Amino acid sequence: MAILNQMVRRLPPRWTAGYSVLAGFLILLILSFLPVIKLELVVNGLFLGAIMALGAIGLSLVYGIHKFAHIAHGDFMTLGAYVALFLLGMLFPRIGLESTGLGPFTFGYPLFLALPLSMLVLAAVAIGLDVGIYRRLRRRGVSNVVLAMTSLGVAIALRGLVQVIWGGSTWQYPRLSMPFYQLPMGVRIPPDNLFIGALALILVLALYLFLTRTKMGKAMRATSDNLELARVSGINTEHVLWFTWAISAALAATAGVLLALFQAQLLPIMGWRILIPLFAAVILGGIGNPYGALVGALIIGVAGEVSTQWLNPAYKTVVAFSIMIVTLLLRPRGIFGVRE
Amino acid sequence: MIDITGILSYITGFAIMAVIYAIFTLGLNVHWGYTGLFNIGIAGFFAVGAYTSALLTTATPDPLLFEDYIFGGNLPALLGVFNLGIDLWFFIALLAAGAVCGLVALIIGFITLRLREDYLAITTLGIAESVRFIFLNERWLANGSKGLYRIPKFLGDLVSPQNYVYLYLVVVVVVLVIIYIAVEQILKSPWGRVLKAIREDEVTTAASGKSVFSFKLQSFILGAIIMGIGGALYAHNVRFVDPHTFDPLLATFIIWAMLMVGGSGNNKGAILGAFVVWGIWSGTQFLPGFLSDPNFRYVMIGLLIVAVILLRPGGILGEERRISRPVQPPAETTSPET
Amino acid sequence: MSLLQVKEVISGYGETEILHGVSITIEEGQIVTIIGPNGSGKSTLLKTIFGLVRPKKGQVLFNGQEITSMAPETIVRKGLCYVPQSSNVFPSLSIHENLEMGAFIRTDDFRHRLNEVYDLFPDLIERRNDRAGTLSGGQRQMLAVARALMLDPIMLLLDEPSAGLAPNLVTSVLEKILGINSTGVAILLVEQNAREALKLSGWGYILASGQNQLEDKGENLLKNPEVARLYLGG
Repeated sequence: MAILNQMVRRLPPRWTAGYSVLAGFLILLILSFLPVIKLELVVNGLFLGAIMALGAIGLSLVYGIHKFAHIAHGDFMTLGAYVALFLLGMLFPRIGLESTGLGPFTFGYPLFLALPLSMLVLAAVAIGLDVGIYRRLRRRGVSNVVLAMTSLGVAIALRGLVQVIWGGSTWQYPRLSMPFYQLPMGVRIPPDNLFIGALALILVLALYLFLTRTKMGKAMRATSDNLELARVSGINTEHVLWFTWAISAALAATAGVLLALFQAQLLPIMGWRILIPLFAAVILGGIGNPYGALVGALIIGVAGEVSTQWLNPAYKTVVAFSIMIVTLLLRPRGIFGVRE
Repeated sequence: MIDITGILSYITGFAIMAVIYAIFTLGLNVHWGYTGLFNIGIAGFFAVGAYTSALLTTATPDPLLFEDYIFGGNLPALLGVFNLGIDLWFFIALLAAGAVCGLVALIIGFITLRLREDYLAITTLGIAESVRFIFLNERWLANGSKGLYRIPKFLGDLVSPQNYVYLYLVVVVVVLVIIYIAVEQILKSPWGRVLKAIREDEVTTAASGKSVFSFKLQSFILGAIIMGIGGALYAHNVRFVDPHTFDPLLATFIIWAMLMVGGSGNNKGAILGAFVVWGIWSGTQFLPGFLSDPNFRYVMIGLLIVAVILLRPGGILGEERRISRPVQPPAETTSPET
Repeated sequence: MSLLQVKEVISGYGETEILHGVSITIEEGQIVTIIGPNGSGKSTLLKTIFGLVRPKKGQVLFNGQEITSMAPETIVRKGLCYVPQSSNVFPSLSIHENLEMGAFIRTDDFRHRLNEVYDLFPDLIERRNDRAGTLSGGQRQMLAVARALMLDPIMLLLDEPSAGLAPNLVTSVLEKILGINSTGVAILLVEQNAREALKLSGWGYILASGQNQLEDKGENLLKNPEVARLYLGG
């Protein structure tokens, strides 16, 4: 026992955190095989968590580098989903791009065009907002609370914009109904979810490579650590800040599109509804740590879905929120955060 | 022929809502303007205050109307001791609304006020959402999504139904004046001076032995009580509450816009801001085209908040709050060149 | 023409004024130390020179060029590098990555310079893939200076490089600085360990209450009994 303690103490703190998270998932998996928890809920939760991860990672990056709580992040997701809707539902059909049901998926190949375009649009919007609003406030030296408040205004305005243009009713991407895959233990997976999971994985991997292998990626990590020292070293931190907006907005756009796919519907409040779970994921994982945000999102996703076995599904947000409160009270730096 | 009574009654209705919102804004001013608490969960206190007062004054749930909540039930009749009749009972309902909100604030504040300001924002948002969910899903509490109707009028029997608006306007104005005077006095008191010291320099004040946390908690409770009373007045004005009434746009964000526009840290500014923004809000229904689209109002409120922060952070009447002057003035640094 | 000229600079934070008209001069290749009591404005002076604090009055000239209102990102391109007193490494980046960031604006292959810097600080080589946050105090200071050297600067501004270090480390850090100076890099050093620093300085300034008090050759200041009593702890 003492030897185990010694070994644990010698590991850098991130490792023990990683192991406990892994252990948690393993326990959950085992419990699903004994019919305490429905395995399907866990699986569904993982897919939803993957979507949330893309949103949470962006949120965490902005929190770590811009140093404020970006309340408009959910609405970035909403906007991304609706831009893709515009492309898939209105623009593309006019130029003849109109297919659904690519392979086992409900969507067609135009999605592969709509998605990157939506990412670009959101990146542009984010940088535009920075140039027009946030940069001016930065130059004034306002506190991070004022920046958060401003992003609240932006959130409200964005959601209003979506509502004005598309109305408050429900929309869908052009789709073809497709059969689910039947797996053992009563698990049914829509093929779309496999696409979602794969894309999320690819993007997270791409981000990892970007942050660790490219100059700008390292500059982003450096700026997150110490903005003043980054300036002192000659790094143009304004460019870093813009890159951060572009990346997190693009990830948010993707998350929005995937969410619209996952839920098979779009609503103007879809992003706002998921904002609290996103913040919960970021705080759980450790602010400024994108991989922590990934793990946090998976945990929140699974916890939310599993809770529906006993609670009213409407309470999923309350579950996420409770996890956030508990984290803030017991371990405010999150699972992977470092003690300041 | 100009319908003077119609216009007058419309203006009075407008004024009543503006005054009720002014009360909320005063409460938010105590939170943000005087204590720096970034509370975006006003809707939660709004709902609790409104529901508390409604439940205490509405008649027994009628199963024929599919009302299946268990609170309420004409408590004044049940508690024979307090045979005050419905009108005096209103004061109790009003105060109870404030008290329950204060209690909720005590519990929430105790858990969350030690958090950084921006964490507090998300937390208050989450709590407001949770409150809404609970009222929506727990039908035994307050009839779920069907809501409570037939909330009685205050002093309803005193005047004829057509003239009732004027009476209610007087009522809410009286409450506003009382609250305004109370808040101004409290802020001039020694307690208020400590709050000011905390706002100017939290570290030094803490070092001199004052429990910053306990002051923040008391301020949180005070603001919440005010918001609860506002909620109660709202319930008796509209006479119907359901979870959808407390949509964050009309129950939180618009109040923030009001405080920012009027001038945070400034009680007169809070009241002015409420009238101005409610005027803009109501006025837009008369605009042509898409500008009167109710969805456009979202855009408008959002832009209003951003515009005020960017262009005139002090609001109309100027502020004593640190929105435009950061607590620690930044060194005059050179800006990074792009 | 002097390498660095600071003329009657008045600067501070917000409405507070810390420097009330300070002037110093540094020649090419010189080591100059600034000593003085806490709060005398030594750190503020370095920050003002480097553009992290904008002076209200006065001028800063580097290599004949006016850099008074320039941003740090621009000044660093002119061959002047700065090492802050604390928070002077990127904790979540490895030693190697820290040095990479130091070389960020280089357009050539920085590996040649990297090897030169590793030669100066051999202790950093074996831990070069470790996160800077796990380094000891002395190693961190080494890394901080090494980071600044990656750009081959003409002059270095060092803010209390020996702060918080054990006495034996203080000597080795200051010796390293002497070694760097011998390669032709001018050094403006702010130090609490006044005695040690003055020993290796060509010239010394004494700053107190935001104003110049005295300046002389390092060795003369050391021998001056008034200086010893007031600023060197007797």
